[in-house]
Amino acid sequence: MNIDFSTEELAFQQEVSAFLAAELPGDIRDKAANGIELTKDDFVTWQKILAKKGWVATNWPVEFGGTGWTPAQKYIFDNECAKFGAPEVMAFGLKMVAPIIYTYGNEEQKQRFLPDILASNVWWCQGYSEPNAGSDLASLKTTAVREGDEYVVNGTKTWTTLGQHADWIFCLVRTGAADVKNQNAISFLLINMKTPGINISPIYLLDGSPEVNEVHFDNVRVPAENLIGEEGKGWTYAKVLLTHERTNIAGVAKSKKRLQDLKEKAAQTSDGLSGANSMLSDNAAWQQKIAELEIELLALEYTELKTLADVSTGQAPGPESSILKIKGTEIQQAIDVLNVELAGYYSLPFVRDQFLEGFDGVAIGPDQAAGSAPTYFNNRKATIYGGSNEIQTNIICKAVLGL
Amino acid sequence: MDFSYSEEQQMLQQSVSKFISQDYDWDSRQAISKSATGFSAENWQLFAELGWLTIPFKEDDGGFGGSAVDLIVTMQEFGKGLLVEPFLANTILAGTIISEAGSSEQKAALLAPLMEGSLQLAFAYAEPQSRYHLANVQCSAVINGDEIVLNGHKSVVLNGAAAEKILVSVRTSGESCDREGISLIWVDASAPGVRRECYASVDGQRAADIWFDNVALPASNLLGNAGEAIDVIEMTIDKAALAVCAEAVGAMEMSLMKTVEYSKIRKQFKVTLSTFQALQHRMANMFIELAQAKSILLMAAMEMDRLGGRAPKALSAAKSRIGKAARLVGEESIQIHGGIAVTDELDVGHYFKRLTAIQFSFGSTDHHTARFAAS
Repeated sequence: MNIDFSTEELAFQQEVSAFLAAELPGDIRDKAANGIELTKDDFVTWQKILAKKGWVATNWPVEFGGTGWTPAQKYIFDNECAKFGAPEVMAFGLKMVAPIIYTYGNEEQKQRFLPDILASNVWWCQGYSEPNAGSDLASLKTTAVREGDEYVVNGTKTWTTLGQHADWIFCLVRTGAADVKNQNAISFLLINMKTPGINISPIYLLDGSPEVNEVHFDNVRVPAENLIGEEGKGWTYAKVLLTHERTNIAGVAKSKKRLQDLKEKAAQTSDGLSGANSMLSDNAAWQQKIAELEIELLALEYTELKTLADVSTGQAPGPESSILKIKGTEIQQAIDVLNVELAGYYSLPFVRDQFLEGFDGVAIGPDQAAGSAPTYFNNRKATIYGGSNEIQTNIICKAVLGL
Repeated sequence: MDFSYSEEQQMLQQSVSKFISQDYDWDSRQAISKSATGFSAENWQLFAELGWLTIPFKEDDGGFGGSAVDLIVTMQEFGKGLLVEPFLANTILAGTIISEAGSSEQKAALLAPLMEGSLQLAFAYAEPQSRYHLANVQCSAVINGDEIVLNGHKSVVLNGAAAEKILVSVRTSGESCDREGISLIWVDASAPGVRRECYASVDGQRAADIWFDNVALPASNLLGNAGEAIDVIEMTIDKAALAVCAEAVGAMEMSLMKTVEYSKIRKQFKVTLSTFQALQHRMANMFIELAQAKSILLMAAMEMDRLGGRAPKALSAAKSRIGKAARLVGEESIQIHGGIAVTDELDVGHYFKRLTAIQFSFGSTDHHTARFAAS
């Protein structure tokens, strides 16, 4: 057991760092640093750059175009990307639907979908939650009724993140009869967003952004060849995907970067006590909060590294991955709150346009103070999505403790 | 980066685990703890024969290798059995002092018999006013030619009752909290002027307060250079802190396991406790605390090995986080069991006691949080 990076790994770190320095577009980097929302083009541009280098599919098997990286390499890559403020890869195609397709899809489906996901030619979104199926996801009501070579889909999906950009949606739909037990009636269906009968409407969140949507399906006719695997097995597939989603959800590298930024800013922010010489970072209560958070994050970092190491030796991320989701999101939200605390009064001004590309008005308050409260508000979602933290706790109870 | 135990470490773990599960059942442990000496001399000889008493030491000193990972492998298993034999006080604390500061003659005289199991030692470093600050030393030693005269009071010396010789941190120059001027000496427990008040500690182990009144020693009892001992002392206490962190992880694992098992058999309102979501989520929370504790323990041990035995910031992170976990797991185990766990009869309460003692040994949770923040 040791923590050292090998010579090859250190060389890899250099390579990633040099690549990011050379290839990450300056405007994207600046936007990320200044809290400006990234556009669809920004994401696609960056993902295509990564794809060209062969570094976009860090969790895929090599045979489909994945990197085949070791846990240490993934760790290095994530940390370097966070340090440079590189955008995170959109998870829906690359990290969510692709593993389902290459694990459960047929040969034709792999050929048809994976190359476009790899090349970021197609934007995917997720169709899981419904207005009346949140934490109780298996109670979803969207139906897909087989008619000849087609499924006819009716229902409503919600919380569809960035669905306004999407070309395709992967959905959990009900294919079984009404009396079939919930989990055994659910199937996994891929749907082209341009199919007649699909309507999408934005939902505005607490930060004023139309980040999520409702997607309505009205007699949408989907070719039966878009079904992944077998009818009635969708729930099983989705559960596997969810464990992948949960390991991706911890966001350790990003939290490390945010915490580091927070410490630096606190060292430059007066605590108001005695003029220019007394900084927030000198305050004992602040120091203790930061120290406890750093320690928690350090523990989580090693929990994640161990999980990655298990995955690399062929074990699927087990129910323990729920810990990553719970702790990772708790830490993210704790950092959110500290950012608001750091901003003080300047957490109050809300000029929505300030977060959009091309804003040429007067920026109120110090850097990033304006985004602190909207981020805090928006990110309350983190402990709710991907299976709420209470659902994760239930998973630990059932699958780990046998309760 | 490698998270697996070596073959040697796996064998070590299996060997200690086998002893704890087969030969150290709860009744035996309690009988040993309540015996006159508070530990089993027979077990101690067995540990020596199995080579366990060499684990914290370098191969040059005749040891097993002395890696931090070896140490946590061992201590986690000891923690599961709530071991009362003085492995921590004698082998880790006193042994490390000699290994790091002693001359080859002193190692031959003290470390070799310690590893053979024929010598009981203690390390006296804390004083009534010092709390967790190791440079706060008022115990004084005046070196005069070939003679040292020792005066002062050392508090809560682990294994202080059984120790035949006592290693003592003393001030040979400077003011009370100076880092310079602290030295290490050893003294016969039976030397004139040494007085001990021996007692049991809350966790079923043994300790003593020790007073030195004009105790005269030969100058050859000095370990290392006069006035330069603080680094060795800090390193030793950090190593002991890592050891109890590992012990706590083992103890928490058992405490959680026993709590979960009990919740599945204890019935109230005609159903088992395990069916109540209020309790389920508390147990899941204990599991998460334990997982975080395990992770940060590995981090600290690997950092210590990477940095050649000294990683104060990593150690403080671990001690702080594990202290927090130990508090929660210990208290929740009692709460979920209910009244039965407040009785002396059930083992769960004793895991709680040891987890509590660990929180306040070698730097409390708050002490280490502050040290982490300052480093």
